[in-house]
Amino acid sequence: MNRITARRRHPLARYAVLLLTLGLLGVAYTLAAPTSERADAAIASGRADDVAEGKKLFEQSCASCHGLNAEGIANRGPSLVGVGAASVDFQVSSGRMPLAQLGAQAPRKKPAPWVNEDTIRQLGAYVQSLGGGPTVPTQEMVDPAKGDKSKGGQLFRANCIQCHNFVGSGGALTQGKYAPPLHDATPRQIYEAMVTGPQAMPVFNDSIITPEQKRDMIAYIVGVREEPNPGGAGLGRIGPVTEGLVAWIVGISLLALAAIWITAKRRQAQ
Amino acid sequence: MSPSGGPDANVPQAIAGPSGFLDDRLGAGNFLKRNLRKVFPDHWSFLLGEIALYSFIILLLTGTFLTFFFKPSMEHVIYDGAYEPLKGVGMSAAYASSLEISFDVRGGLLMRQMHHWAALLFVAGMMVHMLRVFFTGAYRKPRELNWLIGVLLLTLALAEGLTGYSLPDDLLSGAGLRITEGVAISLPLVGTWITFFLFGGEYPGEDVISRFYSLHILLIPGILLALISAHMILMWVQKHTQMPGKGRTNNNVVGAPFYPAFMAKAGAYFMFTFGVIALLGTFAQINPIWIFGPYTPADISAGSQPDFYMGFLEGALRLMPSWEINFLGFTLPMSVLIPALVPMGIIMTGLAVYPFAERWITGDNREHHVVDRPRNNPHRTSIGISAITFYGVLWLLGANDEISWVFKVSLNWTTYIGRVLIFVAPVIAYIVTYRICLGLQRKDAAIIGHGVESGVIKRLPHGEYIEVHVPPSADIEAHMRGKEPVPVLTGADTEPGGIPPKGMRGPIGKLKARMSTAYGGEKIPLDDGHHDGHHDGHGDEHAAVGAGGDDKSITR
Amino acid sequence: MTDNKHDIEQPEERVPRRVIGTPAPAASTSLLGPDETPGELSVAGVDLQDEKTAKKGEKLAALCFTITFLAGIAFVVSYVVFQVGDLESTQTSTLALGGSLTLALLALASGLVVWVRMVMPKYKLIQERHAMASDRETRSYVGETFLQGAAESGITKRPLLRRTLLAAAAPLGLAPLVLLRDLGPSYTNFDEKLRHTVWGEKTKEGKPRRLVVEGSGAPIRAADFNSPGGILSVVPEGYEHDLNALAKATLILIKFRPDEIKSGTNVNWTHDGIVAYSKICTHVGCPAALYEQTTHHILCPCHQSTFDAADGAKVIFGPAARPLPQLPIAVDDEGYLVATADFAVPVGPSFWERGDAEAEVIEKGGQS
Repeated sequence: MNRITARRRHPLARYAVLLLTLGLLGVAYTLAAPTSERADAAIASGRADDVAEGKKLFEQSCASCHGLNAEGIANRGPSLVGVGAASVDFQVSSGRMPLAQLGAQAPRKKPAPWVNEDTIRQLGAYVQSLGGGPTVPTQEMVDPAKGDKSKGGQLFRANCIQCHNFVGSGGALTQGKYAPPLHDATPRQIYEAMVTGPQAMPVFNDSIITPEQKRDMIAYIVGVREEPNPGGAGLGRIGPVTEGLVAWIVGISLLALAAIWITAKRRQAQ
Repeated sequence: MSPSGGPDANVPQAIAGPSGFLDDRLGAGNFLKRNLRKVFPDHWSFLLGEIALYSFIILLLTGTFLTFFFKPSMEHVIYDGAYEPLKGVGMSAAYASSLEISFDVRGGLLMRQMHHWAALLFVAGMMVHMLRVFFTGAYRKPRELNWLIGVLLLTLALAEGLTGYSLPDDLLSGAGLRITEGVAISLPLVGTWITFFLFGGEYPGEDVISRFYSLHILLIPGILLALISAHMILMWVQKHTQMPGKGRTNNNVVGAPFYPAFMAKAGAYFMFTFGVIALLGTFAQINPIWIFGPYTPADISAGSQPDFYMGFLEGALRLMPSWEINFLGFTLPMSVLIPALVPMGIIMTGLAVYPFAERWITGDNREHHVVDRPRNNPHRTSIGISAITFYGVLWLLGANDEISWVFKVSLNWTTYIGRVLIFVAPVIAYIVTYRICLGLQRKDAAIIGHGVESGVIKRLPHGEYIEVHVPPSADIEAHMRGKEPVPVLTGADTEPGGIPPKGMRGPIGKLKARMSTAYGGEKIPLDDGHHDGHHDGHGDEHAAVGAGGDDKSITR
Repeated sequence: MTDNKHDIEQPEERVPRRVIGTPAPAASTSLLGPDETPGELSVAGVDLQDEKTAKKGEKLAALCFTITFLAGIAFVVSYVVFQVGDLESTQTSTLALGGSLTLALLALASGLVVWVRMVMPKYKLIQERHAMASDRETRSYVGETFLQGAAESGITKRPLLRRTLLAAAAPLGLAPLVLLRDLGPSYTNFDEKLRHTVWGEKTKEGKPRRLVVEGSGAPIRAADFNSPGGILSVVPEGYEHDLNALAKATLILIKFRPDEIKSGTNVNWTHDGIVAYSKICTHVGCPAALYEQTTHHILCPCHQSTFDAADGAKVIFGPAARPLPQLPIAVDDEGYLVATADFAVPVGPSFWERGDAEAEVIEKGGQS
């Protein structure tokens, strides 16, 4: 007993515990990872207990703000009845939900550790079961290769750039809200954002902007963000503000240095 | 140069021949005799204006290249060029040809980018040059006219930039054009007339691009060229000002001769300017019109900004709270008129009037060829910094959406803060600058009076420690001793009850006298009296420890 | 103008007089040596470089100029080698052309600076200045000559000549102004033009004009635009690409839940929670279209005027002074959204002749 206590108080003990925990977590993860693969297979074969699993997940991770039955809690989280699986997929896969802290807007971040394809699908199935809503698009619907960039560009300029900037660099809205950059958004998330209108973003439903048109827009967004900058560094591609900064900080400074070099007094040999 | 026929013994025939030919016909020899060895004073800040001059030349060169390919037409065309995401999109011929320059002409994108960077450096160069001239008082008699030409040049450069910015007819430049229209139409009485005449009817019409084009490539550059020539000729005739320094007086110029040294320096600086513009044009993408898309008045992007030189107007428009006056069926949109006209008016009128106002207040009618160090005219320097702060707040506010976005501040709060800062910041800047100027003057006085701290600590025989002060180097001392008190009107300091001189008796006269005494005068004289200039041992060595009282004399 | 006889101070003696501030030139004695090339100046303020520095400078400058030479060739080669035609090739071409040009120019600049600093002498020449003003005699001579010339020409003595000349100049001076008249349109009822948009016109078939989606041109079935929080940029049917029409007639269409609409909005002009506002900002005319569905704010990206879309688009922040005008809409017999009338007030930025159109409408018993 004494010996154990002594060891427990050994200066290295806490590190040992830490390592042990990390190791256990690692083992747990490696065990869990194949499980999800197996689950994938199960889902592909059409097992339908997603809703029940999703409800469990919901109660663990979402109910504290959105209420036990997703009915919403005033000043904490809105009702999720009718938002659909698309909304769940968008919010959870982009890490916006679960929210870390209340603010003007939920930022994109690394998804929570429990988030994976399955848990998202299960949560989605549960939320979908509450009151319908937009569903997750298929891979086919969001394939940039199948869209028409120039048509998409016209729609993008008409409906998106006023908030997201010319090539989706993002921009400010009122009272600390903002339109996030589209650099990291996956085609599926772009589609889901349009149909669900997350946070301050308005909704562009499928009957007005058709799924094909949405795919065109995705083709444009993905195409333009991946294209090279033929004129050198892109300077954030946000327009004249960075250009003006570069003109002053690089241009004028270099030329002032050149002027100093030209006119500098040379050390005189005494 | 020798008269015709008689070759000069030392000049090689290859030069003597053609130059003799020219001189026989032009008499250029007399001009060259006077001017080949014209002396130009040396100081790095004297080259800043050349940034603008050389940028202008580069603008002419690259601009001419662009005109070979650009089509200033608003005719509707369907794009079928190299840039895939715009294929099949309807646009104006101007935009389509700008895309063609970018992607279908070799070096076209480089020239376009260099043209745009040169435009930014043209205006930026003018601004830094103007600040140099202002803060050193180089605008004083006899150079007021050249200063006025400079103010005119700056105004024209803004107009030149505005017209050029609009030419590619992309969605970003169109937003600028729309704002220009919105401001113009809000002018009382003439607003609708001006816009309908500018656009040849309703906005946007089909005329404005070709009209801006002829303004941008012919009329404004022509005037700019004429004024720049006049600016140069006046500078040449009046000779450049010089910094105070050893051997430099108000009656001489000390420096390097035009031929060969200054010529080579100017040539080198031209190449530097050209090189830096090429560098920016190669490695920093500017105005990527292809991602903006064609102009339509129905669309706009977040973060639509003007080029930096228009930023202060944009900021003023953003800063203004809403205000509109309706009377007798007429409308005065004050929230457009005030920000569009007042800051520009304050800045440009202030610049134009300053030399004359200063002369009126100081009564200084002498010629000045040795410039002031900014610290030695603290009120002028403070007014300048205050104006820069005013301009700077507007400028920042012109980018408040990007600031809000990058630094995660509420957009509305940037505006609220800006509304306060626009009044408070210039005042603070004035006070702080004034104090800094006086502090620097005290430092100068201390160096002249006591010498420079040498860093050598000496222990005297009786145990006292002192730091050895050494006299400043002759160059630096001469530079400092170039200081002159800011003149005050004679009689402006008449005691209350005394009889002020003529011209200072009425209310305006009294104000003038009061302003004169406030603006002028010597606050911190250089010599502190007990130091006679001959460094007599004691003067060089001031006690650093235990003898601080000695230093008080310089801070009175 | 002053005369420009500012000769450089050149003292008689060959040995350079020490200019104040310059150290005694150590190398100057050697300048008097027998190997001095003829024509080389040895005067006050011209302090020749010592040969070692000059040699080094020559080599350095020559290196720079050689770089420029090579970079110049590289530029020409790049022009021939790199074709353009798409983004990647344009990127390569720009990089090659611009890179070689930059190198050439900067190397040339550096070479020149090295030349000036290391090969050319150090200069400290002194030139006299003269007052700008001409002397008294010159001034009076010019004044007299001017008056004499005026008298000789007869312009002062012969008023008929003078007055007819002035009269002759006046119309000629006006001529260019007259020529500018046709810059403007033939009509002058500008404010009338500004008060109307194409929404007030019926289509060729005499039907109310449909609202169509900007970018695709599809008409909008009210039943399809059914997601609350939805927004759409809308243009008039038949004018999808007419920029003059779009500059005034572009709309934003917003779908509300019925309980969200407040009193500022004219509900008679809405259809099933769908409201149409002018997209053209009332400040200086940017398309104001940043819509936040949670707060119902419409934000103009140019100067951040913010409008409350749920409450008649009244201004809640920023420089705009008036709400975005609302367009009366309804559905036609096929269920598509149409405009039932033009805007009641002029859209877009204010102008002098505009007046308080909103007050006039209310006076007439309407709601703006």
